[in-house]
Amino acid sequence: MVDVVFQPNNAAQARVVRKRSSLRATLRRKSTAAFLMTLPLILLIGILVLYPAFYSLHLATLNKSMQRFVGLGNFEFLFKRETFWLVVKQSCIFAISAVIFKALIGFIVAHFVHNIPAKGQRKWRGMLLVPWVIPPAMSTLAWLWLFDPSYSAFNYALSFFGIGPIAWTGDANWARFSVILVNIWYGAPFFMIMYLAALKSVPDQLYEAAAIDGANWWQRIWYVTLPMMRNIIAITTLFSLIVTFANFDIVRILTSGGPLDHTHIFATWAFRVGIEGSDIPLGASVSLFMVPILAVAAIFILRDINKRGNEA
Amino acid sequence: MLMADVTLRKVIKRYDDVEAVRGIDLDIADHEFVVLVGPSGCGKSTTLRMIAGLEDITDGDIMIGGDVVNDVPPKDRDIAMVFQNYALYPHMTVAENMSFGLRLKRYPKAEIKTRIDEAARMLDIAELVDRKPKQLSGGQRQRVAMGRAIVRNPKVFLFDEPLSNLDAKLRVQMRIEIKKVHQKVRTTTVYVTHDQVEAMTLADRVVVMNHGRIEQIGTPNELYHNPATRFVAGFIGSPAMNFVPCRLEDVAGKLHIRLTDRVAFPLPADRAARYQGIPRNEKLLLGLRPEHIAEAKAHPEPGVEAFDSVLDVTEPMGMETFVYFTLEGAQICGRVSPNAGARDGSPFRLAVDLNNMHLLNEVTGAVL
Amino acid sequence: MTSTVVIDKAAPTRAARYGSMSRDRTWALRWSYFFLTLFAIFSLVPPLYMLITSLKSSAEISAATNPWWVFHPTLENYVGLLTSNQFLTFFRNSALVSILVVTITMLISVPAAFALARMRFWGSATLATGVFLTYLIPDSLLFLPLFKMFAVFGDLTGIQLINKWYVLVIVYPTLTVPFCTWIMIGYFASIPKELDEAAIIDGASWFQTLTRIFIPVALPGLIAATIFAFTVSWAQFLYPLVFTTATDQLVLPVGIITTLIKGDVFNWGQIMTGALLGAAPPLIIYAFLMDYYIAGLTAGATKG
Repeated sequence: MVDVVFQPNNAAQARVVRKRSSLRATLRRKSTAAFLMTLPLILLIGILVLYPAFYSLHLATLNKSMQRFVGLGNFEFLFKRETFWLVVKQSCIFAISAVIFKALIGFIVAHFVHNIPAKGQRKWRGMLLVPWVIPPAMSTLAWLWLFDPSYSAFNYALSFFGIGPIAWTGDANWARFSVILVNIWYGAPFFMIMYLAALKSVPDQLYEAAAIDGANWWQRIWYVTLPMMRNIIAITTLFSLIVTFANFDIVRILTSGGPLDHTHIFATWAFRVGIEGSDIPLGASVSLFMVPILAVAAIFILRDINKRGNEA
Repeated sequence: MLMADVTLRKVIKRYDDVEAVRGIDLDIADHEFVVLVGPSGCGKSTTLRMIAGLEDITDGDIMIGGDVVNDVPPKDRDIAMVFQNYALYPHMTVAENMSFGLRLKRYPKAEIKTRIDEAARMLDIAELVDRKPKQLSGGQRQRVAMGRAIVRNPKVFLFDEPLSNLDAKLRVQMRIEIKKVHQKVRTTTVYVTHDQVEAMTLADRVVVMNHGRIEQIGTPNELYHNPATRFVAGFIGSPAMNFVPCRLEDVAGKLHIRLTDRVAFPLPADRAARYQGIPRNEKLLLGLRPEHIAEAKAHPEPGVEAFDSVLDVTEPMGMETFVYFTLEGAQICGRVSPNAGARDGSPFRLAVDLNNMHLLNEVTGAVL
Repeated sequence: MTSTVVIDKAAPTRAARYGSMSRDRTWALRWSYFFLTLFAIFSLVPPLYMLITSLKSSAEISAATNPWWVFHPTLENYVGLLTSNQFLTFFRNSALVSILVVTITMLISVPAAFALARMRFWGSATLATGVFLTYLIPDSLLFLPLFKMFAVFGDLTGIQLINKWYVLVIVYPTLTVPFCTWIMIGYFASIPKELDEAAIIDGASWFQTLTRIFIPVALPGLIAATIFAFTVSWAQFLYPLVFTTATDQLVLPVGIITTLIKGDVFNWGQIMTGALLGAAPPLIIYAFLMDYYIAGLTAGATKG
């Protein structure tokens, strides 16, 4: 009898005590465990990505031997150099034209692959993705050999059509073309794969409804495919813009920035100036010029990701 | 044998500013099969998950087997749960799925095997033990999910709308399976569903919930014949009970119930006595189940009053025909025998069995 | 009241085209195959040319006969490289670095992805987006400050980082971890929450849930992320070019470029062989695990 009378009180007290300690215990359990699990990631990015990025801002304000502070002196120096403006122009032209063609070719090829029966798609997809799989440094070597001034296999083939030998890497304009071409060759498969995945996710019924409404193939693409794929197109294009803009391997191996600096882009010129010229602060200044452009692209990507998150 | 009763005392669940569960008191006896039923958002799943330990309790106490389990993690509450989407581990075989909990607790292999064999036999899935979930049909997966719960031999089974993902026919079969299992294993069970048919057929007692509160607790028969509120009356039973606005009236010394200007019925004696004290101008609702609105017979029993109507639509169900007609803009459903001659759009003479009527206060929803 | 629909048979209709559906389909298919073949040729010419050149002796190359055909195939380039200690050192360095980086990447990414996908804690959403955004800070921005940082580190602590292959093991994860985390978050997030709860009720701790449920179920994602990390590590060019110069510390891409190109004399037979051998591991993985490879790429975008 007595137990029955006492029990409720104990339960109430015990409940209060248990609640307080359980609160602390829960906090300790979940949040800290989660934090510890993400700690290596945070440290890695903090120390090896964010810190160097800010450090380069500091470096850009030093003189060549890194003893003196020169403020914006490096930037003033760059602005006066013709090569610098050449680099800016070339970087932008390469990135924009390469991405446009990569996106276009990727989109077109994705459509063709999507059109053929499913069984064969795998085979074709496999072949078409090869450029992306080969390390770019290796494949650029192959292109270098294909473009060789004396032994170019392309010139050999073209000579049968009476087209004179082309200085693929020797002539400034052809060199620019070659660099963009290799970039497109390497990057279009990425777009193709992304767009193919997106194409598959468009419901067939939409196409059927459009066909019944009387749309031809062009209208179906414009009114059904493109709107449904808008997000993927935006994200891959912006993503590729950033990656292409910051590309190093292809220009370095194919032309080393030549002839006469006419194919230099930010990455290769920063390397030339910073490592080969042993002027790290100047090189850092060059690299930093990529930041505003990358930042703008990043903002657009963020906006699109958030939009996609809201739509989902 | 440890007692496996479940008690909820003033349990409240609050999310930010919203109270999903507003003070539940419930006593579930050992071996009892209790069903929590109600529309979506009524708090039944939240309550179940609080019993399981998957949700924290904002206030109140939950006791299993006499012990307060508010802060006890799920694995120590000695419960097992069957989920709506089965939640089977896709990379494990049926046997591995069923034994996962036991393996975590390091039960000896022989014991695990015995328990799996027993459960598999009980649920008729013995040949499936080496298959993976994706090779099973919906009904088989649900059995495996139940098997996983059975092998743990818990104090309480918790079912969270386990049959919602099955097609109608399969649902009927699985209902019977669940009932058979309960008869064999006799574990205390708390079962959540939005389907009142499942509630009525499976439960020892039914708990009807609405907006985070309990509307009524009772056996299926109690809830069907003696609903306490309008919500319960309208929720239990299919097709649902008809509600017609009405008033009480004294006509020639006898208590009548007036539905429209032209339609009024005298009340049977016991009802008249019960409702004598109700103010005559109070807005009331007449609650009448479809089976109590039938075709008028030649010799009506006392308390059965006939009236004429024009049918809108008839639904021949084979065993019975449901008829729908309109009264003062409200659609009423009645149940007549299949060969009573009911036809779409035709006039028809119906009779209401007022011995089984319910009178409700329109404002409060209470059954008088 | 029923309403009547009036059909105006005199109204102008669109000109009907009486073509057979299957004939249009066949033509569309033919065009598709035609263009696909063109693009396939475009895609495969460089690697095929690599192969062709690799089977030529230097004599044949300088004789400038038809470059598209091998008249006297020889394996001397392959033998030469595969018996060269230098080349084998490059290969070994690349393999070591890649395997170590893959391991480190998965050890960092998987728990982080699990925490970000499942454990809602303060700042987890911003951290997840932030992780993805840092992937957009390119290596061509970071190589200079990192170079300086490592030099300073070497001076301060005496641990030499510049010109050692293991420095790459430290920097490569910055290229692989963000995207691999992003991939794994997508896969983990797609596992239904009820599975977690079933595991909780079965008595699993966080760690057991991760290792015995999540990792097996998200295995395709893990494989895709592993392949991605390996491919990126293997193909890296800028960082090794900057941080390693001594011949025995070089990885394959840099090694081939710097050593096989001696002054003005290009031994193209050997160069192409080296390039092909350098491209072989990713290609082999791709050939056998193409679906996982592609899943890794598309997971980032479509799973979000």
